[in-house]
Amino acid sequence: MSGPRLAAALAIAALVGAPFVPMGGMRQYVLHVAIQIFIWAFIGSAWSLMGRFGLVSLGHGAFLGVGAYTTVLLWNHFRLTPWLGGPAGVGLAVLVALVLGYPCFRFRVVGHYFGLVTLAVGEVVRLLIIAERDCTDGSLGLTLKTAGGDSLLAVQFADKRVFYYAALLVWLAGLWIWHRVDRSMARAALEAIGEDETAAASVGIHVTRFKLGITVASAALTAFGGALYAQYITYVNPDTLSGIGVSLKIVFAVVLGGMYSLLGPLIGTALTTALSEGLRIAFGLKFLGMAETIYGVLLIVFIIFLPAGIAGGARRLVGRRVAPVTASPA
Amino acid sequence: MLTVTGLTKQFGGFMALNGVSFEVREREILGLIGPNGSGKTTLFNCVSGALVPTSGSIRFRDEELAGLTPDAICHHGVARTFQIPRPFRKLSILDNVAVAAHYGAAKRSSEAAARARAREILELVGLPTDGAASTTLLGAGGLKKLELARALATGPRLLLADESLGGLDPAEMHDAAEMLKRVRDQYRITIVWVEHIMAMLMRVVDRIVVLDHGEKIAEGVPRQVAEDPRVIEAYLGEKLVLA
Ligand SMILES: Nc1ncnc2c1ncn2[C@@H]1O[C@H](COP(=O)(O)OP(=O)(O)O)[C@@H](O)[C@H]1O
Ligand SMILES: [Mg+2]
Repeated sequence: MSGPRLAAALAIAALVGAPFVPMGGMRQYVLHVAIQIFIWAFIGSAWSLMGRFGLVSLGHGAFLGVGAYTTVLLWNHFRLTPWLGGPAGVGLAVLVALVLGYPCFRFRVVGHYFGLVTLAVGEVVRLLIIAERDCTDGSLGLTLKTAGGDSLLAVQFADKRVFYYAALLVWLAGLWIWHRVDRSMARAALEAIGEDETAAASVGIHVTRFKLGITVASAALTAFGGALYAQYITYVNPDTLSGIGVSLKIVFAVVLGGMYSLLGPLIGTALTTALSEGLRIAFGLKFLGMAETIYGVLLIVFIIFLPAGIAGGARRLVGRRVAPVTASPA
Repeated sequence: MLTVTGLTKQFGGFMALNGVSFEVREREILGLIGPNGSGKTTLFNCVSGALVPTSGSIRFRDEELAGLTPDAICHHGVARTFQIPRPFRKLSILDNVAVAAHYGAAKRSSEAAARARAREILELVGLPTDGAASTTLLGAGGLKKLELARALATGPRLLLADESLGGLDPAEMHDAAEMLKRVRDQYRITIVWVEHIMAMLMRVVDRIVVLDHGEKIAEGVPRQVAEDPRVIEAYLGEKLVLA
């Protein structure tokens, strides 16, 4: 086994064994933090799938909210299993992505303008959830109705280890997808589009189709992440799962960690989670919102001094270059 | 193989192309000349789909191109280069060409086949074929070659080369001209070559179309065109040297 592969295998083995390491009374808490990190890192990877090509979405909360609320509402109102409700949420998020993406890409809404449109869509979803109070309980949020004990059909488990492994698996699957895209010719096409749409189209690249494709993929994975998060937390709230706040939180973490690197979203999510947990433990609820303020400041510092994020910056420091797509023997 | 009829392009009230008609024959190199701003690039933009013509028809091998999208026109077998090179800076030289070979071909091949074809074309134009070589290595001449390689990679039957060679030294210009001939012979394609320095073009092309203020003012073999009084007038002040 080559060095990096061996390191990856060891890391995965350590993560699989982690829940069985004695941690005193801390196990539940450690597992809780780890689950959050895996799920949000997965969502971050989903975001960076399109963000890295200059499709900077400031409204991924829309897909998150649609995924989470669809799943929970279908369960609460119709007892539809999340195994079907989740895919329904993903499908709906794909629809939102198409409705948002097609006009944007067809009429060449790019850069900041694209960011603003997505920002608005994220807000629209939040406001819709709040407005449909009868069905969603509005801004109070909605608790997932219990299945009355552990249930595979309802995806409800008291033991956090179940969710730990599920989240780990989902996160790894996200990395695999990211890697596949990274190694494909489609990456080159998307990179070309991100740089110069006119030149890309002139060599036969269907610009709208590619942008829609990657947006749909990103939205679908994000919605799936939202549904998984809702099942774990057993509570959904329009402010934590849609709108500007959570949308920017995703962007912060990924920019911090590095949107061009496989592990960037994980590093960024681990840091922002550590920060908000640290502040919560140190100050309790006194400085609610402090974490967001610090994110904001950090984000500005990073965009100016370390645009490739921590993972990208560290790699440059070590002086190793990522092997380009073409380095593999043809 | 290409028949342009009454092609007109208006930008607001400004007529960049005004009823231009001409024909391109199979396997020829047609020179398209005219003073700066006469509409040569606009004509290429219309044929390649980067701009939608205001009116007129562009028939290529019995199909109408006017109104198609650039990627569709590329798949029909028409490729173009840009006057000011537009390389994909985030991609290696090889990937610039490979992505064109993969997505530009009428029939999609495997990624490995696209890379192999890209290497072959890079070799032909004289650029590095190793996967890591970056576009930052390239000077003005190199970027022109990359433009050509990327367009060729799509497997065109008709190449629109917007190769204004100003900015290159005489040796580089000569090389570029020779390159186009070689490309035509090796890939059996037809070329429309834009150049506003007439002397350069005269030596390479089979026929010439002259544009001035968006209108065609002359068409014919080089010597005939060079003696045309309207052409001499359009190029007033520029000396026509026939080598
Ligand atoms: N997109 C555009 N919008 C407005 N005017 C344009 C545009 N493209 C070209 N033009 C104008 O059309 C005329 C012809 O330009 P162009 O085709 O680039 O000339 P050439 O390539 O022969 O030098 C010029 O006057 C130019 O300013
Ligand atoms: Mg021009």
